[in-house]
Amino acid sequence: MHSFGYRLNALLTFSVTILALMCAIASLSDNLNTPSPSAEIQIMNINWFQKQPQGNDEVSLTMNISADLQSLFTWNTKQVFIFVAAEYETPKNSLNQVSLWDAIIPAKEHAKFWIHTSNKYRFVDQGNSLRGKEFNLTLHWHVMPKTGKMFADKIVMTGYNLPEEYR
Amino acid sequence: MSWIGDTVDSIKSIQIRQLLTQGVSLGMIVTSALIIWKALMCITGSESPVVVVLSESMEPGFKRGDILFLHMSKEPIRAGEIVVFNVDGREIPIVHRVIKVHERQDTGEVDVLTKGDNNPGDDRLLYAQGQHWLQRQHIMGRAVGFLPYVGWVTIIMTEKPIIKYILIGALGLLVITSKD
Repeated sequence: MHSFGYRLNALLTFSVTILALMCAIASLSDNLNTPSPSAEIQIMNINWFQKQPQGNDEVSLTMNISADLQSLFTWNTKQVFIFVAAEYETPKNSLNQVSLWDAIIPAKEHAKFWIHTSNKYRFVDQGNSLRGKEFNLTLHWHVMPKTGKMFADKIVMTGYNLPEEYR
Repeated sequence: MSWIGDTVDSIKSIQIRQLLTQGVSLGMIVTSALIIWKALMCITGSESPVVVVLSESMEPGFKRGDILFLHMSKEPIRAGEIVVFNVDGREIPIVHRVIKVHERQDTGEVDVLTKGDNNPGDDRLLYAQGQHWLQRQHIMGRAVGFLPYVGWVTIIMTEKPIIKYILIGALGLLVITSKD
């Protein structure tokens, strides 16, 4: 009952249990945080708007994105992944979500930012229904913890429009 | 070093009843582990409720050796979710983020495009020949939580199988020679 093997076994089991408990408590502590993020996106310019050879519409645009996401960070946060998606409806699809830009925020100091950028990923429709289309720009964020449960949420900004004609 | 002598003595003095009892206890341990695994599969609705991250395509969020807890609900798949999917013809599941969603008006079916956070381009290169989108049937679950480093045990056992055999051999020896 007091051999080296038994003692090692007991020690290992105990430490694994304690570690698991600590991870669970760390994850639960994230629930105490009430975030209050804010964001604003302006479309500075529609660079071009064409129909591709395969028949799908494509848009290239330049945006100003400013956001304050510092309240999302807790001591258990490893990084926050954010992305801006254009969301709209077409006759064929009840919902289309196209990610235009994303970034990784590694620390709280970088969470308040302003960026002027063109779309990182191609804004391509399934079809050619984008002319004159009204769409929402949604800033999504995904809080990735050091350990435990991940949280995701978003801010929806409405009222953006695409031009009536190709250019 | 006297435990070697003890071990040899105890192997010599094994009685058949004791051996059978220990065989049954071992079987009980293995089957309860199996029951827990299958129960987890039912609760999370996913074929493999826990996966190990094998590549660096989701760094710095998920590193090689982390484990992810999966859950599959009937909720529609939306952009930003981290999903685990199988490509036809590849046996290893891939864990990446959804960046594009197109959901049909009539049937509610979705076309989904994924990309690893740390990859320069999207996953079309990884999909099967001629496949441009993923559908719901390819997706095994959403990642809802994670634990760092725990998956290294699985990676080491897969990549250096000799360690697996050593471990099972040592466990077997422990069971046979224990005095319980």
